[in-house]
Amino acid sequence: MKNIIGRKVGMTSVFLDDGRFVPVTVVEAGPCVVTQRKTADSDGYEAVQLAFGDANAKRATKPMLGHFKKTGAAPKRFLREFRKGIDGVEAGQTITVSDFVAGDRVDVVGVSKGHGFAGGIKRHNFSGGGASHGSMIHRQPASNGDTNAGRTTKGSRRPGHYGVDRVTHQNLEVVRADAERNLLLLRGPVPGAKNALVVIQQSVKVKGS
Amino acid sequence: MSNAVTLVQEGQLKASVPEFRPGDTVKVYSKVVEGGKERVQMFEGVVTVRKGGGLAESFTVRRSSHGVGVEKSFLVHSPRVEKIEVSKRGIVRRARLYYLSEKVGKAARIKERKTERNSA
Repeated sequence: MKNIIGRKVGMTSVFLDDGRFVPVTVVEAGPCVVTQRKTADSDGYEAVQLAFGDANAKRATKPMLGHFKKTGAAPKRFLREFRKGIDGVEAGQTITVSDFVAGDRVDVVGVSKGHGFAGGIKRHNFSGGGASHGSMIHRQPASNGDTNAGRTTKGSRRPGHYGVDRVTHQNLEVVRADAERNLLLLRGPVPGAKNALVVIQQSVKVKGS
Repeated sequence: MSNAVTLVQEGQLKASVPEFRPGDTVKVYSKVVEGGKERVQMFEGVVTVRKGGGLAESFTVRRSSHGVGVEKSFLVHSPRVEKIEVSKRGIVRRARLYYLSEKVGKAARIKERKTERNSA
């Protein structure tokens, strides 16, 4: 199964066998315990629930402890469900990085870095006005649209809160999977800050599954 | 830098890279793929730039080939660069020898350093 939960560690670059030097994001992924196998009969849909990251057993609530007890797993911090590529996965199984090989394509879900209340330039890549020569429009969003409409069009791009969104980066390449250290190297950047939770799924762009 | 990132990087750094600096003349032996076959190609010239650090450290070598200036950049730690040999030490007064691109022939010469500097 090419689904796993991990923690973003940081970025670096590595040499490939053919000499190319590629940027990679290091993700510490798994081991994840399958805590539940949802089926169409009992739950209405097919899914696999994975648990990642050790939790303080004293802090876990009794309902959660009961849930983990079913599979005999230690209490974990994060639970996520996966619906794709889950054939033959049973509750109680442990998922590790060793299921991945270099060249696999994955989608990575993370929560983007928070930028607070951001203006149009940062948030929507506006160009901004001139800096000098009497220009009085510097970083303002300028036109807000049609004056005849008498209202602002829905969805118009304005300053506002930016970041802390769920972001999916599709079709990232697995450059290396280090089963010994539970590390996945994904080509290019991955959404989120360092130490943030990232969910790695089998890519929807991969035909068949 | 976090530990796991350093773990990924280590082992990719070359154990020994000869000491060389801009102004030195070096021979670079790099692997090239030609017609589906791999062979080692030598490129000799003056080091004009050395920049970056860690895994990403690179250097540029300049030579004149049939009267045309040719510059090639290499990554110091690339597995495609087999060997770097220093053939001559030069005396230069700057870290980036961009001025060489405007000079040809006699003007592009670099004085040779005969004695080793004490600081490596």
